[in-house]
Formats: sequence, structure tokens, C-alpha cells
Amino acid sequence: MSVSTSAAELAKLHAHAEEGYPHEVVGILAGDRLTGRIERVHPLVNERSDSAHNRYKVSGLTLMRAERGLESQGLDILGYYHSHPDHTAQYSDFDREHALPNMSYVIVSVRNGVVAETASWRLKEDRSAMDSESLDIVSV
Amino acid sequence: MATIHIPTPLRPYTDGQASVEVAGATVAEALNALTTAHGGLAKHLRDDAGKLRSFVNVYLGDEDIRFLDGEATALGDGAELTIVPSIAGGLDLPELTGPEIARYSRHLILDEVGMEGPRRLKASAVLCIGTGGLGSPLLMYLAAAGVGRIGIVDFDVVDESNLQRQVIHGSGSVGRPKVASAAERIRDINPHIQVDLFEEPLTSENALRIMAPYDVVVDGTDNFPTRYLVNDACVMLGKPNVYGSIFKFEGQASVFNYRGGPNYRDLYPEPPPPGLVPSCAEGGVLGILPGVIGCIQATETIKVLLGAGDTLSGRLLLYDALGMTFRQLKLRKDPHAAAVTELIDYQQFCGVPANDHEQAAVAEEEPFQRVNGPAAKARLDGGWSPYVLDVRRPAEAEIVKFEFADRLQPHGEVVAIADELPRDRDILIHCKMGGRSATAAKALADAGFDPQKLYNLDGGIVGWSRDVDPSLPAY
Repeated sequence: MSVSTSAAELAKLHAHAEEGYPHEVVGILAGDRLTGRIERVHPLVNERSDSAHNRYKVSGLTLMRAERGLESQGLDILGYYHSHPDHTAQYSDFDREHALPNMSYVIVSVRNGVVAETASWRLKEDRSAMDSESLDIVSV
Repeated sequence: MATIHIPTPLRPYTDGQASVEVAGATVAEALNALTTAHGGLAKHLRDDAGKLRSFVNVYLGDEDIRFLDGEATALGDGAELTIVPSIAGGLDLPELTGPEIARYSRHLILDEVGMEGPRRLKASAVLCIGTGGLGSPLLMYLAAAGVGRIGIVDFDVVDESNLQRQVIHGSGSVGRPKVASAAERIRDINPHIQVDLFEEPLTSENALRIMAPYDVVVDGTDNFPTRYLVNDACVMLGKPNVYGSIFKFEGQASVFNYRGGPNYRDLYPEPPPPGLVPSCAEGGVLGILPGVIGCIQATETIKVLLGAGDTLSGRLLLYDALGMTFRQLKLRKDPHAAAVTELIDYQQFCGVPANDHEQAAVAEEEPFQRVNGPAAKARLDGGWSPYVLDVRRPAEAEIVKFEFADRLQPHGEVVAIADELPRDRDILIHCKMGGRSATAAKALADAGFDPQKLYNLDGGIVGWSRDVDPSLPAY
């Protein structure tokens, strides 16, 4: 599998991650499920204020409302992104345990407030690991 | 029959269907019927122990089944179930090293803490404002428990008069910065943790920057401007604020701004009038009192970090050391409270300086004159002969007093003796540090005394001892 997006949308995602540093930020990746093209980066609010530097959470109804809003604009939900402050863009066991199948999980490593690395992951069918997938930048 | 609505990421397992009809008298039966018909769903909905995964929320109509009878919730005919995923993730908790496992073993064997507890604490960051009476026990216990990153904000130096209660500091640290003294003790207690030192006053300009990296902020301050600043910054940053305060023999504690709970402004929308509540330096404090309250704050901090137990969020705990009683009051969010959207000038808001380093910085029209110790001494040596009024309590005058004092009358009762005070002569009013005497001077001005003849001794008798006559004991 692979996903793609424009330089402008990726820049929005990176800006959100840097703005939120040293906390983890989270958001939705919406676009076209058939082509895997991410057309909209939609920031969400991390509800884990008690441990925001190493955890994120968005509760079900909040997420559903945001997703319905995006879907009503003709967008599909392709996955989610979050940041890892001062850590690699490798998924953690905690990420894997909480991952939904059939979704792209983009992780942005932010070191000292600056984006260092971006990677995309997809849960294996048996939930034992996440596979790396390419995140391509395409021109509009 | 019941209908189960399937979210998009799970539809590949239901042949693309957005909803599935199943039979079942309870939620558990309906979900089992679903995973029997569509086997690929099972491992995504339930973990190896068969429990629903934490990100799987199930709604019956518009109710979350967790608030009904869980999976035992009965289903009527035509019931509508919706599977609503939440999303969560983040970094893995750090592993414990061998020495750490040995150190934290008494925590590890608690079922409520377990192996994950100390790993959570190791991944946590706590900021403590102040290393005084409250901060002392608090910091030592948080360090001992293994909170991985501890920040300390304080710009005071250790004073002889601190040692009666600020047990993190020792006699050898008198004159040293408190943050340095505290850091040394913390590192001795636990070398496995990171200690960040901020030797600067917390201000509206730096508060958000200093607090940002921490999970929990603990308020160990001794004054209203900083307390409101800590509260407002925590509200703006969405961080829990573990509160404690002490006065003479009584203490309070609570947890503010935690999981949508009330904050300090829901308890006290506005500060008390300046001078109404004396500081510990002015009013005195039982040395053990901050030990009790600081330990309660440490307990609440650890509970917030572990997500364990019932915190003091929504409750104000009142402790009376003389009566040895604990009481609690319910706290609710004030629906009419104004939203906190910016940090303001808290000294102006409270009408008092945040610390005695800035006694002279209060900008307001005062109906009296100010004179500090050295200036007063110079004038007295030059022949100035004011009437000297000591507005402290008699017990304080027994510790130390000016030989040239004419009268002792507690500051709240000066107006009662107004007729006995001279109106044609300057009056020099003093207390311990200059706060109560300013209140007394204002009261006399309000009672008709000439503001030009009322002098407040800035810094009080303690300032005099420091700057003019070190033979007088400072207390």
C-alpha cells in the first residue's frame, strides 16, 4: 500500500506537529480511498492533557463528528496522523495495540520543536506488527 | 433482531456492508453473532482475553453501553447498535532497569500500581512551583517514587527561618539558592531522574513556556498573585494543577483543572483584599503543617500520573492541625465564570507584590509615606523624632522589638486607639516585614490622620535587622 499527498498538505501536518511540540498532536487524513491520495489534513485536539508529551487520544463521538463532517464534503477517511516529540517516527507497541485496521497511520518525529522525519504505517491483518508504507509527495 | 452499524475501517470484514442484522438478547450476544458471521472482525474488536479493545466504543441508540450494563445490556427487538472507534496512541513507556526494579519493588507489588505504574511515573514530568514548606516533602516523595522528570521554580535563597519546616534544605544550605539546595537533595534520594531548575520568578511572560513540557503542575506557592498565575496558566495549557495552601494551623488541598473539573477561580473568583490574609512570614505557620499538606499534594500528583483512585478534583480538603480534623467541601465549576484566555498582571489583580523582593513595586496611590530601614536610621540620627507604633502581635514583640517604640497595638486594631495617637507629630509604623504596617497606615489615614505624617517602615523590623542592626534577631 502507499498513500500520497501534496507538499502543501504535508506542510500543514508538519506545522501542526511543530506548533504542538513538546506535546503529541493528532489529526485525520482525509482524501480519496481509491487512489490513496490525502487531500485534507484535519487537526484534532489531543484529549490527553495529563500526559500529552507521550500520549494522544480522541474519544469516539468527537472523532465521529469530525469524520462525518469530512465525509459530507465528499472525502474518505484514509487514516490518522500523530507526532512523536523527541522520538523516532517508528510506531510504538502502544500505537500498534490501539491501531484500527485498513487505515494509514502517519507518524511525525519532532526533535527540539523541528520536524525530523515522517513515516506512514499500516496495521498487519493479524495485528502483530505494522507495515511501513510509502508516503509520496505529488504535485497538484 | 438488532442492527449493528459498522464503521468504515471495519467494513472490509462485512463485505462492505455499513450495517449488519444480527440476533441477540444482549449486547454480548449480538456482538458474538456479528463476529461469528464475519470472522475477520473478532481480533479487531476483542483482545486475546476476549475483552472489547479499549478503542472500541459501543452505543445502544445514543447511550454508551459503559454507562448502561456494559455487554450485559439487554436488547429489545429493533435495537440499534453502533460501533464507534476512538483513536489513541503514543510512545511506549520506558523500561525499568534492574536497579530501578529493586528500588521501586514496594510499588511494583501493589496490584493498583503494578509493573506499569513505575514505568508511567518514569515517563512523567511534574513541575513544582516553589521549594518551600509544601515543595519540600512533595519534591522528596515525587523523587523517591521515581517521577522521571521534575522541574523546580524558585528564586529564593535558603534562610535560617526556613529550616523549621522546609525539610528539603539543611543548615549547610543557608544562603544558597533554594533550587540548588533542593536539586542536591533530590539527586541524593534518586539519581535515576532528570531535574530541571528554573531560578527565576514565575511571571506572566514565562509561565506558559516553563510549564509547557510538564504533565502536572504542583502549586507550592505562598502568595496570591503566583497562585492565580499558576491556575490561569494551567487552565490555558489544559494541565492539572495540584493545589495546596497553608495558614497558621490550617491547610487546604485540591486538584484543579483535571478532566474538566473546577479550578481555583471556581473556588475564589477574586483575591482577598490586600492585607486581609497575612503571609506565613507575617502570620506564622506550624512547621509540620506544610509537611501534611505537601504530602497530600504528592499523593494526588502520583494518583493523577497513575490514573488511580479518586482524586480531590471537585473537592476541597480542609485540614485543622489543632483540632486534628479533616473536612471536605464540594467544589463545582462556576457556570458564570469568565473564560481564561490570557495571563494578566497578577500583582495588580491582587493588589500585592508576588514576593518580598518587590515590596516597593506596588503601583498605587498610597495615603502614607514610605521609608526603608537605612533611610529611617539616617533621619533618626539627624534628629527626626517620630512617634513609633509597632503593629505586630504581643508574641512577636517578645521576640524582638525596637527600644524606641512608643506603643504596641496589633494592626487590625489601630483605629481603636486613634484618639491616643498624636496628630501633630510624624508617626512611624512598623511590623515584621512592612505589610501589616501599610494596612495600619491606610486605616489611620482613613480615620483622618494627615498622610504626610504617616510613615510606613518598608521591610519592617526584619529589614532593619538585615540592613541596619544585625544584632536584632530576625524571625
